[in-house]
Amino acid sequence: MNLIAALIAVLILTLSALGIAFSATLSFLLTAILPYAAFTVFIGGFIYRIVKWAKAPVPFRITTTCGQQTSLPWIKNNPLESPSNVWSVMGRMALELFLFRSLFRNTDVAIVGQRPVYGSAKWLWFFGLLFHWSLLIIVLRHLRFFIEPITPWIKSLSTIDGFFEIGVPTLYLSDVAIVAGLTFLFLRRMTVPRLRYISLVTDYFALLLLLGIVTTGLLMRHFFPADLLHVKNLALGWVTFAPAAPKGVGTVFYIHLSFVFTLLVWFPSSKLMHMGGIFLSPTRNLANDNRMKRHLNPWNAPVKVHTYEEYEEEFRDKMKLAGLPVEKE
Amino acid sequence: MAAVKTPKPDELIAIRYAPPETPWMETPTVFRPGTWSYSGGAKSLTALGLPNPRAWQPPDEDWKLPANWQSIILEGLRERLEKYRSFRLFMDICVRCGACADKCHFYIGSGDPKNMPVLRAELLRSVYRRYFTESGKRFGKLAGARDLTIDVLKEWFYYFYQCTECRRCSVFCPYGIDQAEITTMGRELLSLVGCNINWVMEPVANCFRTGNHLGIQPGGVKDMLEFMADDIEDKTGVHVEVPLNKKGAEILFVTPSGDYFADPGTYTCMGYMMLFHEIGLNYTFSTYASDGGNFGLFTSHEMIKRLNAKIYAEAKRLGVKWILGGECGHMWRVLHQYMDTMNGPADFLQEPVSPITGTRFENARATRIVHIAEFTSDLIRSGKLKLDPSRNDHLRVTYHDSCNPARAMGLFEEPRYIIRHACNHFHEMAEDTIREKTLCCGGGAGLGNDENMEMRMRGGMPRAMAVKQVKEKHGVNRLACMCAIDRATLTSLMDYWVPGVTVMGVHELLANALIMKGEKERTTDLRGEPLEGKAADEAL
Repeated sequence: MNLIAALIAVLILTLSALGIAFSATLSFLLTAILPYAAFTVFIGGFIYRIVKWAKAPVPFRITTTCGQQTSLPWIKNNPLESPSNVWSVMGRMALELFLFRSLFRNTDVAIVGQRPVYGSAKWLWFFGLLFHWSLLIIVLRHLRFFIEPITPWIKSLSTIDGFFEIGVPTLYLSDVAIVAGLTFLFLRRMTVPRLRYISLVTDYFALLLLLGIVTTGLLMRHFFPADLLHVKNLALGWVTFAPAAPKGVGTVFYIHLSFVFTLLVWFPSSKLMHMGGIFLSPTRNLANDNRMKRHLNPWNAPVKVHTYEEYEEEFRDKMKLAGLPVEKE
Repeated sequence: MAAVKTPKPDELIAIRYAPPETPWMETPTVFRPGTWSYSGGAKSLTALGLPNPRAWQPPDEDWKLPANWQSIILEGLRERLEKYRSFRLFMDICVRCGACADKCHFYIGSGDPKNMPVLRAELLRSVYRRYFTESGKRFGKLAGARDLTIDVLKEWFYYFYQCTECRRCSVFCPYGIDQAEITTMGRELLSLVGCNINWVMEPVANCFRTGNHLGIQPGGVKDMLEFMADDIEDKTGVHVEVPLNKKGAEILFVTPSGDYFADPGTYTCMGYMMLFHEIGLNYTFSTYASDGGNFGLFTSHEMIKRLNAKIYAEAKRLGVKWILGGECGHMWRVLHQYMDTMNGPADFLQEPVSPITGTRFENARATRIVHIAEFTSDLIRSGKLKLDPSRNDHLRVTYHDSCNPARAMGLFEEPRYIIRHACNHFHEMAEDTIREKTLCCGGGAGLGNDENMEMRMRGGMPRAMAVKQVKEKHGVNRLACMCAIDRATLTSLMDYWVPGVTVMGVHELLANALIMKGEKERTTDLRGEPLEGKAADEAL
C-alpha cells in the first residue's frame, strides 16, 4: 500500500515533467526559475534544520561505548570505540561517516534448533556504502557542467570512474554501483517482511526518486544522448545568473531535472537529513570522558530532594537505638 | 490478581518473526497476562508529589486520565524536544534501515514487530510528526503521522515498558539512535498523566524516603550488614567490622541495596566487606545513601536527580575523600553519565587515589567516584591481594556484561581481569552476545517483576541461550555478573531456561579466592558449598 502510494507520487512527477517539456512557458519555469527556487529551499532548509538541532542543548553526555574505556594505564583502551578525547572522537566519527562503522557490525538472527543463531549480515553495509559513495562521486562529477574550464581533479575523477572504458560513451563505475546499491536497498525494503512492515510511503519515495534520477541520467548518457553542450550552457547560465532556454536537450532531461529539483526541495524536511544529523548525534560525537571532565547542563534546574536532616528527623530514635551516630541528639 | 502461569520453554521458543497482516498503526495493543507490569500505586505517587495518583490497572478500559491529558502530553513533548538534542534528532533522522530491528532481545524473544527498536520509536515518532512537523500536519498518514488517541497512549505504555533501556540497538544504529533515550522520554510523558508501573514507583518512593529502594530503615541496614559479618566469621574465622555512617572515613562506599538484601547479592556484599577488611581500607557504608541504584532512571530525568542527590550530600557530610561504587548496572549509568552534571561539582572531594597502592584514578578525577572493578583490578595488578583461584575450582564460570557498564562506560577488561585471577575455569560466551553486544537479562529498567514473567523470560532468552551454549560446551555452572538487578533476574532466567546454572557477583568469586590474614582453613565457599577436593578429604 505504502509502496503503491510512493509509485503514484513518482508517476505524477514524471507526467508533470513531460507536461513541462512540451510547454514553452513551463519549461522556462523549470530551467530558469525552479533551479534557484529549489536550490534556495535546499540550502535554506538544510541550514534551518541543522540550526534547529544545534540550538537544542545536550544536557547529558550519553556516549554509547562500544569498546574498552580509558581507565587504568595498563588496561588497553579502545580509542575509536570508546573515545576519551577529541582526537579519538574525530576518529570515531570519521569511521562512521566514511566507512559506516556501526552498520558494519550488522548481524541477523534466526531460531535454529530452538536457539537464536546470529549470522553475519554485511550486505546492508556493503550496498549502503556503495550507494552513498557512488552518489558522492556522481555529484562531484556533475560539477563539470558548472565549471569552465573543468578543473583537473574533476577530470581525473571522471577518468578513474570510467577506468574500464566499457562502451561508448564510457560506462562509469559509480553509475553501476549506484544502480546496484539502490536496487538492493529497494528490493530489501520490498521483500523482507519486517522491513516492509516498518516502511513508510516516504521510505519508498526516497528510493524511487533516486532511482528515477539515476535512470534518467543513464538514459541520457547511453540511449537518448542529450546535447551536452547545451546542458553545459544551461548550467553555466544558472551559475552566472543568466539562464538561457536550452535547445535539443530532450524530454528525458526535463524528467531528470524535475526529479532533481523535487529531491532538493523535499530533502530538508525528509529523513534524508540524516546526512547532516549524523554529525550531531550525542551517542557518537561525545567523548566517554564523563568522570574526567564535568559536563554542564544549561537548564540544570533545582529539584525537590530529601535531605539528610529530614532523614535523620524521621529516623533519629531508631538510629540511636541501633547505636548509629546522629547529628542532633 | 492471581499470578499467571508462564508457558513452558518449549512453547515459548516457538517464535514467529512474521509480522501481522494488519499495518502496525491498525494493530491493536492487547494487554496479555504475563507481559505487562502493575500500575504505579497511588500511595507512592502521592509521596513523591507526582500527578494523577489513583487506582487503575493497564487492562482497564478507563485509565482515569485527566480531561486534558492530550494537551499535557503534547506540551510535555514540546518541552522535551527543546531540552534534549538527542530526542529531537532521534525523532528526525531515522531512515528505517532496520539494522536495529533484530538486535533487541525483546524482539528476538517475542517476534512482536513493535519490539523492534525502530518501530518502538515510531510509536512516538508518528505522534511527533503529526503535531510538530509540517509534513505530518499536512499529509498525515502519508507522512507517517497519526493522532494521539487513548489507544496510542496505551500502546506507548505497553511497549515503553517492554524496553529495558539496554542500548544494544544504539550500538548497531548507523546514527547512534538510542532507543533508551526515546523510551525514557516516552515514560516521562506517560508519568505526566499518572501512568507508571509499581515495580518502579514503589522503589522510587522508598528510595526517596529511606535512601534505598527496598525501604530498609537505618537499623535494618545495620542488622543486615552485621548478619553478613557473622556469616563471614563462620566461613573464614575472620571478624570483619561494619563501618556505618562513620565520619572521617576516607572513602564512602555505595552499592545497590539488592546487595545486602537478598541472595545471591549478599555474597557479593560479603565479598566487598572481606576485601576491605583484608586491605585495611578506611571506609564507611551509609544508611542515608544506602542505595547507589537509582530507579529514577526508569522514571524521569528529574527523578534521577532527586534520588541521586543524597550521594554527594552524604559524602560531604561525612567528610570522605572520595566515593567507591559497588557492582551495579543502572547505578553506574547514573554515576558515570549523570551524577556530576546533575549534582556536582564534587569540589569538596579529592581526586581519587588508592590508599593501598597509591594509584591515581585519573579517569575519575572530576566525578571522584571509582568503580569497584577498577579499584580491585588495580589491587591485584599491584600484588596487594593473595589469591587462591583453586578455591573456585568447583565453579565453571562465564561472565555476563551488564548493559550499562558495557554500553555506557566501556567497562570490559577490569572485571575480566579480576575473574581470571580469581578462578581457573573461565569461559566466554559467543562473541555476538558479550561486551558491547551483550544481551540484556530481560528484567532491567523496572521490568523485573513477577507479573511480567513471560515477557522477562522472552526478553532474557537470547542471553540464556548463550549461557546454555557454554554450559553444554564447557560445563559452565556459574554465571558471573556485575549488576544487582542481574543477580535477581538472571537467577529466575537460568532456572527457567538453563537449570543448573547459578548467578554470582564478581566480588563473591574474588572473596572465595581471597586468602585473608588469620583465616581458618576454608572448606566451603561463601555459600557453604564444599570446595573441590576438600569435602572428599574430610570424608576420609
